Amino acid sequence: MAAAPQFALVDVNNFYVSCERVFKPCLENTPLVVLSNNDGCAVARSNEVKALGVKMGMPWFKMKDLARQHGIQAYSSNYALYGDMSNRVTSILRDYSPDLEVYSIDESFLRIETVAHLYGGAIPMGQQMRHRIKQWTGLPVCVGIGPTKTLAKFANHLAKKNDVFNGVCDLHAMTRPERLEWMWGVEVGEVWGVGSRIRKRLAGMGIDTVLDLRNASPKQMRAQFGVVIERTCNELRGISCLELEDVMPPKQQIMSSRSFGATVETIEELRESVASYLASAAEKLRRQNSVAGAVYVFVLTNRFKEDEPQYNAGITVPMDDATDDTLALTSAALRGLAAIFRPGFRYKKTGVMLTLLSDKGARQATLFDDPVARAKSEKLMAAMDAINREFGRGTLRSGASGVAQRWAMRAGNRSPRYTTRWDELPVVS
Amino acid sequence: MQPLLFRRRQTPTLSQIPLDVPQEPVAFEIRLLLHRISAGFPSPAADYAEEGLDLNDYLVRNKPATFMFTVKGDSMIGAGIEEGDKVVVDRALTPKHDDIVLAVVDGEYTIKRLYRHQGRVELRPENPAYSPIVFTEGIELMVWGVVVGVVRRYPFRG
Repeated sequence: MAAAPQFALVDVNNFYVSCERVFKPCLENTPLVVLSNNDGCAVARSNEVKALGVKMGMPWFKMKDLARQHGIQAYSSNYALYGDMSNRVTSILRDYSPDLEVYSIDESFLRIETVAHLYGGAIPMGQQMRHRIKQWTGLPVCVGIGPTKTLAKFANHLAKKNDVFNGVCDLHAMTRPERLEWMWGVEVGEVWGVGSRIRKRLAGMGIDTVLDLRNASPKQMRAQFGVVIERTCNELRGISCLELEDVMPPKQQIMSSRSFGATVETIEELRESVASYLASAAEKLRRQNSVAGAVYVFVLTNRFKEDEPQYNAGITVPMDDATDDTLALTSAALRGLAAIFRPGFRYKKTGVMLTLLSDKGARQATLFDDPVARAKSEKLMAAMDAINREFGRGTLRSGASGVAQRWAMRAGNRSPRYTTRWDELPVVS
Repeated sequence: MQPLLFRRRQTPTLSQIPLDVPQEPVAFEIRLLLHRISAGFPSPAADYAEEGLDLNDYLVRNKPATFMFTVKGDSMIGAGIEEGDKVVVDRALTPKHDDIVLAVVDGEYTIKRLYRHQGRVELRPENPAYSPIVFTEGIELMVWGVVVGVVRRYPFRG
């Protein structure tokens, strides 16, 4: 009999802030925020800053006084650094389990039921992953383990908020009353996939805690909210509904991927798919008026065909500047594809994920801004979207190797690209 | 950050942060089939395909744990490490006596040879013009990584 599924969610604590601290040890224990592109608002906060009451997304101008008062350091987003550090963490995790799904730039799900015993169990395995990632990359992570993805995510939340777990929380290791008590102690809005709108409606029904939602009738939840919340409810009961590649609508990234009808073996076919998924993701990006700082591209073989050689790879390619330009994003995705493609496999699926998203709205002119190039790119993208709306998606597409127009974003205080540029390496004396 | 934290107690000894980590399990090897198998004659060239030399293979043993730094100053000149050199730093290795290490002292990076012998812990420069940093009571030595290589490029004269 196949072992019951066991999911681990590995998540880097305060990812951007932690990346900055690896290369500036003097920032340890200093209150630190990382700002969105064009330095608009806080996209990452150190624990010290959280304690001062700075909320996610708070505009910089609103916290300036607080910053002066408490010596908060502010850094601009450094996509090249975050992308490279993310790839390091992912590559360490791939050594632990071949079944891995990169969920976002700083989170991955792993299936561990077939490998955990090699480490003496799930918790020792989690501790070893945590220790290794810390030693090899300098980044602190927490690990949540549970029988479903939703519970692994919940366990990760517990590990992050409660020192008693020492960074690794395994729901399997608890007694049932313990598990329920932890669920009772956490607000329902923390559950994966429960947004603020649903949370308010749940509150109206007296469902306030994770435990309340777990105890709700899945049927009733389906009637009220649809199949997503029904599934969440079941997952909280330990019934696994979401497979590794099934993704809940992620908040901070745009995903576009599909399984092939027939398997695909050549890079040309993969390039075509990647370019077309990217085009639709970029269109969505522009529709929501965002820009992306990095593209994640991945390829997968069919892991259910156990007799075939398996390959599962992905890479995050950071953009020089956050952009919504299909051409720039496509060229990055194709560079990533070229780096991970291995001939000789039957690929079942490929996809792209636009990540490190931020609001385009408040882009401000800078010294290095090239308004002509920018206007050109914006007109081109607007025309492209209009034609595709009129004549159907994909009528007008980028030539797969289009050269991108770039413009400088405002990044007044970006740290050096320590790991990707020869002339920006950290200096030691 | 606390990758490898050494703290001097009564006698200066080096110890890693407490590791309540199990021994590494014996890794099981999965061999991936990298060649396509075709029914016809195998390509006679496939077995002899040479990839050429890649400096990354030579210098980097553990990619996700390897970082590069630019050297400033001449404190390690005796070890053949000069101003402007790029050093290859591996964070996965446990620093041992006589290793060249990249350490953090007072929040700043420093590259020195680790001396750890008969109860003494020092970071020793390889240049008589500098003095060793001696670790006495209450001073923390944090080793960021072990230096495993150095790269130098001469100015191109075309």
